[in-house]
Amino acid sequence: MATANTSEAPVLKVENLRTYFRTRWGEVKAVDGVSFELRKGETLGIVGESGSGKSVTMLSMMRLIPIPPGRIVEGTITLDGEDLLQLSESEMSKVRGSKIALIIQDPMTSLNPVFTIGNQVTEAIRIHQDIPKRSVMEKALEVLRKVNIPAAESRIRDYPHQLSGGMRQRVVGAIGISCQPLVLIADEPTTSLDVTIQAQYLKLLRDLQQESGMSLIFITHDFGIVAKMCDRVAVMYAGKIVEVGSVRDIFNKPSHPYTEALLASVPKMEEDVDRLYAIEGQPPLLHDLPVGCSFADRCPYVMDRCREEYPPEFPVDEGHYSACWRLA
Amino acid sequence: MTTPVTTSGNGQDRPVILEARNLKKYFPVTRGIVLARVTGYIKAVDGVSFQIRAGETLGIVGESGCGKTTTAKMVLMLEQPTEGSIYYNGQDIYQADEAGRKEYRSSVQAVFQDPWSSLNPRMRVKDLIAEPMVINWQLSKPEIRERVLELLQEVGLSSYHANLYPHEFSGGQRQRLAIARALSLNPKIIVLDEPVSALDVSIRAQIMNLLKDLQSEYNVSYMLIAHHLATVRYMCHWVAVMYLGQVVELAPVKELFDNPLHPYTKALMSAALPSHPDTEQEEIILTGEVPSPLNPPEGCHFHPRCPFVMDQCSHVIPETKEITPNHWVSCHLY
Repeated sequence: MATANTSEAPVLKVENLRTYFRTRWGEVKAVDGVSFELRKGETLGIVGESGSGKSVTMLSMMRLIPIPPGRIVEGTITLDGEDLLQLSESEMSKVRGSKIALIIQDPMTSLNPVFTIGNQVTEAIRIHQDIPKRSVMEKALEVLRKVNIPAAESRIRDYPHQLSGGMRQRVVGAIGISCQPLVLIADEPTTSLDVTIQAQYLKLLRDLQQESGMSLIFITHDFGIVAKMCDRVAVMYAGKIVEVGSVRDIFNKPSHPYTEALLASVPKMEEDVDRLYAIEGQPPLLHDLPVGCSFADRCPYVMDRCREEYPPEFPVDEGHYSACWRLA
Repeated sequence: MTTPVTTSGNGQDRPVILEARNLKKYFPVTRGIVLARVTGYIKAVDGVSFQIRAGETLGIVGESGCGKTTTAKMVLMLEQPTEGSIYYNGQDIYQADEAGRKEYRSSVQAVFQDPWSSLNPRMRVKDLIAEPMVINWQLSKPEIRERVLELLQEVGLSSYHANLYPHEFSGGQRQRLAIARALSLNPKIIVLDEPVSALDVSIRAQIMNLLKDLQSEYNVSYMLIAHHLATVRYMCHWVAVMYLGQVVELAPVKELFDNPLHPYTKALMSAALPSHPDTEQEEIILTGEVPSPLNPPEGCHFHPRCPFVMDQCSHVIPETKEITPNHWVSCHLY
């Protein structure tokens, strides 16, 4: 999906990405024609429910899709001027972790239980940075201090099970930023954390971003994280981006019925809501998508045209696009 | 700790059906295998009192390790309290005879967080929902079948679902099944342990609305355990905020959200995610993490993380005081 013209070239540009999986029910179009841009220092939120394709988009960007059953059918992912999909596996492993890094949801499973924190933090540094062996540990300590790990000198010899959940997620964050990536993707980074620990972690990510100028992508289902952290939002449904815009446009003028319904279905802490709007039905099955708009069956504004043809993106405002026939 | 007795004078109070007084649950920590010695106690719940009124929802909010699940387990009689008592319709359930306990158990039911692990994958839906009735009620097969179909309809499913297995349902539908099963014995109280947090955003509203509808239809009370404050605001009539085994603040929902008093409640609210990018939030970011319940801090348990800490907080345990009618707080600031 297109975005507003700005003088600055985007750091990351994803165009018409399609990632399909072969399953016993047929071909699942997990990501089906996704395009977006990310500028330097910008935070983009990719919002969607399970099965919307947000995590597969992220895995495609990291080239971590298991092939087979998956395959990236078409598209380009341009990071810092090179198309990641054209790189060989060994070239890609030089990019992965250094130019584009990932923080995944569950710090319990993303750290290896049999290696020390120090070992795991230094791994990326050893692989990607050409610095003398002696200074690798110093560099690791520096990164751990950056993510506010208290007593980093002794923690560096600990194993993951000796740390609390919040602390572990900080270590994962430290690994993510250890090579100063251009783009850091955070896939639901705080869902397993407690509320007050989540607040600490989000503040940390924002501070790190301000310091280094990296771009952030938040993959989330939580509009609260989007409201707090993001500059722009892309809303995904059934493998496609249905609406993209600045965070204020999306919250103030949601133009796709799905975005509108999602926002209305979230309870608010600040006010009494008598009854929440509930979206009827379930998301469609990805191996059996309807002709036309995938949201048609759940949409309160559905028209005949919606069931015949998938809507193109229509501009709502500058930098705000929505794929809905109502805007035609 | 004094017992909060909620007595507001508006004359619209519903009767209290369950009351917990000074509930405590200590888990012994042992050392050694053959000659095990008790070296300490984890004070999972340490003097908790609350009331649940007919047809109302009490929310229990707190972070992991605050004791909310242990409290719920004691209400469900799955854990024996170390001290304190639970009164159901004025009767102490832990003093009751076997018949009384059995009746209590069938009138207090539970819906758990994860509908993927809380339903037996080898049972058909009709057997899952019928199981509590088969155990507790002497009903004939056709009667049970009729009731199962009625319950399925009640939670928004259809009669053909009765012959399917749980894996054939989506998360939201499974949670509906769990609710139907909990409703089967016409309970007076349902303990809801994070009932929507495992579901997708668009499904959460469906389930929350269903729970609210069932409450007004059956006049059932809920004890809702949640960490998401907006969910609590939407669902609850009363809210208890727990920290390290103690209730630090208890108030009617509107009062608590409009006028939070305890510094921990304020911090929780400021840490909660906003519902709009322009929402202005007071930024109170607590430093550190929740201390271990094995060795909680002296005095007020919250004082090492409290931004308003005073001298006495580190050695005097604050009393629970009723600041305004029905608004109880344990803090030296008040």
